Amino acid sequence: MEIKRTIKYQADRVRGFGREVMSVPGCEKLKDCIQCGTCSGVCPLSIYMDFTPRQVMALTREDFKNEVLASHTIWLCASCYACTVECPREIRITDIMYELKQRAIHEGVYPKRFPIPVLAQEFTTMVRQHGRVSEGLLVTKLYLKTNPIAALGMAKLGMGLMKTGRFSLKQENIKQRADLARIVATVDNESVKA
Amino acid sequence: MAMEKQNQEPRIGFYVCHCGTNIAGMVDCAEVAHHVGTLPNVVMSKDYKYMCSDPGQELIQKDIAAHGLNRVVVASCSPLLHEHTFRGAVEKGGLNPFFFHMVNIREHDSWVHTDRQEATEKAKALAQAAIGRVAHHKALETKRVDINPTTLVVGAGIAGIHTAMTIANAGKQVVLVEREPTIGGHMAKFDKTFPTLDCAACILTPKMSAAGAHENIRLLSYSEVTKVDGFVGNYKVTIKRKPRYIDEEACIGCQDCIPACVFKTPKFADEFNEGLGKRRPVYIPFPQATPQIVAIDPNVCLNFKKGENGDRVVSDKCKKTCVEACGDKDAIDFTQTERFEEIEVGAIVVATGFQTYDATRSPSYGYGRYDNVYTALEIERLVNASGPTGGHVVMRDGKSEPKSVGIIHCVGSRDKKTNAWCSRVCCMYSMKLAHLLKEHTNAEIYNFYIDVRTPGKGYEEFYGKLLEEGVHFIRGRVGEVTDWAMTPEEEGKLVIRVEDTLAGMVRRIPVDMVVLATGLEPQKDAQDVRRLFNMSCGSEGFFLERHPKLAPVNTFSDGIYIAGACQGPKDIPDTVAQAGAAAAEVLALIDKGYVEQEPNTAFILEDECSGCKSCIPLCPYTAILFDEKTDKAWINEALCKGCGTCVGSCPSGSIVQNLFEDQEIFSEIEGVLAYD
Amino acid sequence: MRYGYFPGCSLKGTGRAYEESLLPVMQHLGVEMVELDDWSCCGATAYMAVDEGKACALAARNLALAEQGGFAQVMAPCSACYLVLNKTQHFMQDYPAMRRLVDKALGSVGLKVSNDTPVRHPLDILLNDVGLDAVKQKVTRPLKGLKVAPYYGCQIVRPYSTFDDQADPVSMDQLLQALGAEVIDWPLKTKCCGGSLTGTLPEAGLRLSYILLKEAKKRGADLIATVCPLCQFNLDGYHDKIEAKWEPVRVPTVYFSQLMGLAFGMPANRLGLQRGFIPMPSLPRAEAVAA
Ligand SMILES: Cc1cc2nc3c(=O)[nH]c(=O)nc-3n(C[C@H](O)[C@H](O)[C@H](O)COP(=O)(O)OP(=O)(O)OC[C@H]3O[C@@H](n4cnc5c(N)ncnc54)[C@H](O)[C@@H]3O)c2cc1C
Ligand code: SF4
Ligand code: SF4
Repeated sequence: MEIKRTIKYQADRVRGFGREVMSVPGCEKLKDCIQCGTCSGVCPLSIYMDFTPRQVMALTREDFKNEVLASHTIWLCASCYACTVECPREIRITDIMYELKQRAIHEGVYPKRFPIPVLAQEFTTMVRQHGRVSEGLLVTKLYLKTNPIAALGMAKLGMGLMKTGRFSLKQENIKQRADLARIVATVDNESVKA
Repeated sequence: MAMEKQNQEPRIGFYVCHCGTNIAGMVDCAEVAHHVGTLPNVVMSKDYKYMCSDPGQELIQKDIAAHGLNRVVVASCSPLLHEHTFRGAVEKGGLNPFFFHMVNIREHDSWVHTDRQEATEKAKALAQAAIGRVAHHKALETKRVDINPTTLVVGAGIAGIHTAMTIANAGKQVVLVEREPTIGGHMAKFDKTFPTLDCAACILTPKMSAAGAHENIRLLSYSEVTKVDGFVGNYKVTIKRKPRYIDEEACIGCQDCIPACVFKTPKFADEFNEGLGKRRPVYIPFPQATPQIVAIDPNVCLNFKKGENGDRVVSDKCKKTCVEACGDKDAIDFTQTERFEEIEVGAIVVATGFQTYDATRSPSYGYGRYDNVYTALEIERLVNASGPTGGHVVMRDGKSEPKSVGIIHCVGSRDKKTNAWCSRVCCMYSMKLAHLLKEHTNAEIYNFYIDVRTPGKGYEEFYGKLLEEGVHFIRGRVGEVTDWAMTPEEEGKLVIRVEDTLAGMVRRIPVDMVVLATGLEPQKDAQDVRRLFNMSCGSEGFFLERHPKLAPVNTFSDGIYIAGACQGPKDIPDTVAQAGAAAAEVLALIDKGYVEQEPNTAFILEDECSGCKSCIPLCPYTAILFDEKTDKAWINEALCKGCGTCVGSCPSGSIVQNLFEDQEIFSEIEGVLAYD
Repeated sequence: MRYGYFPGCSLKGTGRAYEESLLPVMQHLGVEMVELDDWSCCGATAYMAVDEGKACALAARNLALAEQGGFAQVMAPCSACYLVLNKTQHFMQDYPAMRRLVDKALGSVGLKVSNDTPVRHPLDILLNDVGLDAVKQKVTRPLKGLKVAPYYGCQIVRPYSTFDDQADPVSMDQLLQALGAEVIDWPLKTKCCGGSLTGTLPEAGLRLSYILLKEAKKRGADLIATVCPLCQFNLDGYHDKIEAKWEPVRVPTVYFSQLMGLAFGMPANRLGLQRGFIPMPSLPRAEAVAA
C-alpha cells in the first residue's frame, strides 16, 4: 500500500491560472459553477475520468493548473456537448475542455504516447500542410507514433476498409495551399501580438 | 405665511445626501454642493451623510429659520422612498410642503454608473434642473378623501383565506374572489405539512369553512376580476362570475346529482387529483370543498356538445338524470351564462399564489415519457388518505408498490435555462414526501440534491430525523433518468445517472419510482394580473413588493397589497405571516378613514377655455365635465389622477396641472440643458 | 433549390457511402448540390483542441468560398463539419476579437466573410425546403415492415439545435416514416457513440458504441439509421472487438440517405450499400407502388 499525502497547500496552485482560463472567449461563465455535478452526471465518459468534469471545473477555478493539465479527463472528452447543454449555469464545459487541451499541448504536459493529443496534432499538421485530411494516412501515422503493436489489432479493420473502398494512403491536397499557409501565419502573428 | 413667502424672491436651500457610500461612493457630493452653491437664488448648499436621519431633517428646519429659506431641494434617493419624509421636514420648518423638490441621484445615478467623474457631472445637471424648477413651485394643499371600508381579496389559497379572516374578524367587510370552484389553493391538496407533519386538512378545512360561513366575508368562488378602476380608498372592481351551471343559492350541497349522472363511472381527468383520479361532468372537487356547491364542466357534459356549426346540440344520450335527482331544489341550470358584477372597495389584497414548474420542460428526467416518473404534487395526492388511491401508494399500473424511489430536487429551480431562482420549499417538501413514502411503503428512498436548504424553525431537525430514518441523501444534480439497463439489477427499472459529488464518482441507481420536486413559479396569467392591479414584477415574474425589507406586502400602488407565494416562493408559515401583515396594513388604512391625495391635479383656466370639448373623451378617468351654462369644460378634482393627458391636448393651452406647470417643466429642462 | 455543398474529408473517405447516396437522392428531389471549389478541412474536433483561432479561420475560409461562389446557403452533411461551421459563425458573432482575427486572416489571401450564409443540414433541407410530401411522392418501394432506430448522435443537436428539438429530435423519425419504415422509440437517439475515442482509446470509446447497438437490438431494430460518418463508422466497424469484449450485437448501421434511395427504388450498389461491414437486411419484397 502506498501512502500519499493528499493535502493541498496554497503554494501547490499556479496563481492566476483560473482567471486566465476564464478570460478566454467561451470560458467566462466558469465563474458561476455551483458544483452541482450535472456535467459529470450526463458525461458519457466521466466513468473513465480521473477527475470528473465537475472536479475539473473546481480545480481550474481554484488555480490547480498542474493537476488539471495532467489529468486524463481533458483527453477523454469526446466533444459530445452533453454537459454544455445541461449545465444549469450555462457553462460551456466542452469549450473549457478544449481550452485546457490547448494549454496542455502548448505546455507539452500530456502522457507521451497517449494517442489523443498526438492525433490532434497530426490532424492539424495535415490540415495545415495539405488542406484536407486523408483518414487512412492519418490513422496509420497515429499508430506508428503511439502504439505500433496495437496497429496490428487494427489490421483486420484496415483490410476491411480497403475491401470496401474506404481506405487509402493517398494524401489529398487542395490547390490553394499557399493561401492556407498565409491564413495560419496571419493568425500566429496576431496571437503573438495579442 | 406661505403665500407671503411665495411672493418673495426665491431663497433656495440645497442638500446633497451621501447615503453612506451609496451615493458618495460614486458621486463627489462636496463638488455637487459647491456647484449648486454658485447658482442664482441658492442661498446655501450643503452635503450631509444621511439627509433622511433626524439630524438631517433638523438641518433643513434650522436652515429655513436661520437663512429665511423659502424653497428646498434635496438630492438623494428615489422620491418613492423619502419624498414624504422631506416634505414633512419642510412643513415642520414652517413652509408649505410643496415648496420642495427631490432629485434622485441614487437609483438614477450612483447605482447605475461606473465612472465617478461622469456620475458627478450627471448629479450636478439633475440638481441644476431642480433648482430651476423649484423657484416656480407654488403652495398647494393636499386633499382628504374618505376610504371605502370594504376590502377585496383576490385568490383564496391559505394566504387569501388568512387575510380575509383576519380583516373580517376585525369587523370589516371582505369580498373574497377565487377562480376555482373551491377555495384552499395548493395546501388543500397536501396530506401532511412539514416540518411538524400535521395533517393539512385538519388545519386548513376548518379555516375554509369558517371563511365560507363568515358573516363579514362574501365568497365569490369560480370568479375572476376583470377590471379595476379608481384609486386607493375608492376602487371600482368588475368581477366575472363564471357559469358553474348551478344556482348557488339553491344548491344545498347534498351531491345527489353526482351519482345520478348518466356517466355511471367517473371518466374524466380530475384536476384536483392532478389527473390521477377521475370525476364525472358534475362534480365537487373534494369532500371538504368550500363552498359546498357542485359544478358542471361544460367541456365534457353531454348538454354542451357542439354541433358542426358550433351550435349547442344536446346529446340524446343524456337523460338529465342529475336534474331529476336534484328534484325540488331545482339548482341545476344549463342556461347559465357569464355574469359581470361591479363592486366598490377601498383596499385590495392580491394573493394569487404560484403554479408548479411543468416537468415536461426538463426532458432528461423523463416525465411524460416514463410512466413511473411523478411530480411532487402527484405524490401529495397519492399519499393522501382522501386521494385517488385512498392513500395507498401504487404506481401507474394501479397495483405495484415501489420498492425504491428517487426524489430529484431542484427540477425547474436554480437552472438558468428554466427558472434561475431557488424555490425555497422543495428541499423541505421532498423530505416530507420521503418520510411519507417510506412510512407508506418502506421503500428505499434516495434524495438527489444540490444543497439541502433548511433555514426555518425545526427544519434542520427535520433533516436530522430523515437521516435517522435511513433515507439516502446523495449530493448531485441528476444527469438523466432513463430506462436502459447496463446490469441485471437495472432491468425493468428507471435508472438515475448522477455524480455523487461528495464521493466524487458517477453512479447509476435503479429505482421503481422517480419523484420530481418541481419548483414554484409565477402563475401563467401573472402578467395580466399585474397589469390589472397596476403592480410591478421582478424579472422572474413574481409580484414586486414596495421594499424587500421595510414594505414587504405593499406594492407601488397605494391601497394594493400582496401576500403569499404570488410575491415569491415561500412555505405556509411565511405565507401566513405575510397574509397577517397584509391584513394589518389594510386595517391600518381603513381605520384611518381617509387618504391624502397628491395635489398634482389639473384644472382649467375658465377664461381661456374655448369650449371645444376635445379634452373630454381623452381623460381615462372621465374626470372632465362640460358646463352647458358657461359653455366651458371643468375638471372634477376628486376624479383627476394627474396623468396629464388633457394638458397636452388642449388647443388653447388652457389646462394647467399642479406641480407640472409649463414654467416648472421648462425651467427644469433648461436646467439640464444649461449644464454641459 | 441550390446549395453550396461542403462534403468534408470523411465523405470523400470512410464516409463515401454517405455522399454516394446523398447526391442521387437529392438530385432525384430536384435539389442542386454544387461542391465548393477547393474547400478545405473544417478542422473537426481536433483543431479546436489545438488552436481555436486557427480552427475558426480555417473553417471560415470555407464560408468565404461559399460566398465567393455566390451560394446563399451551404449544405454540410457531416455532423462534425455542420457543427464546426455553425460554431465558427457563432464565435464570430459573439466575440468581436475572434471576428477581427478571422477577417484579418482571410483578408491576407483576399477573402471576405460576411457571416450570413446559413449552414444547413440535409435533414433540415429535406424537411423544411423540400418537404415530406415531396419526399413521399418519390417513394416507389416503401420500407414497410422495416424497423429502424433513428440515431442522430451529438453534434447536429448540441450545443446548437437549429432545426430540431435538442432533447428529442424528430426530423429523421418523420423522414423515415415518410419512407414507410417503422421507427423504434429509444432513449439513446442523441447519445455519444464514442467519437474518435473508439480508435484512440477503445477501452472507453467502444463501450458507448456497444450500448447503442445493444439497446437498438434489444428494442427490436432491424437497423440503425444515422446522419454522421463517424457514427456510422463506429457502429459498423468494430463488431469484432465488441463481440470479443461483450456480446454479439450485429445490427447494421446505414445512412438515412441510403434508405431514401432504396425507398425511391434505386439499386443498393448505387447507394454505397456494399461498403458497410454488417450487411443491410434484405428489404421486404418490393411492392411496387403506382408511381
Ligand atoms: C408539492 C408541494 C408541497 C408543499 N408542501 C408544503 C408543506 O408541507 N409545508 C409548507 O409550509 N408549505 C408547503 N408547500 C408550499 C405551499 O404550497 C405554499 O406555501 C402555499 O400554498 C402558498 O399559499 P398561497 O395562498 O400564497 O398560494 P396558493 O396555494 O397557490 O393559492 C392561490 C389561490 O389563488 C387562486 N388564484 C390564482 N389566480 C387567481 C386569479 N387571477 N383570480 C382569482 N383567484 C386566483 C388559486 O386558484 C389558488 O386558490 C408545498 C408546495 C408544493 C408545490
Ligand atoms: S453542470 Fe455546470 S454548474 Fe454544475 S458542476 Fe458542472 S459546470 Fe458546474
Ligand atoms: S463534452 Fe466532453 S466533458 Fe462534456 S459530456 Fe461530452 S465528453 Fe463529457
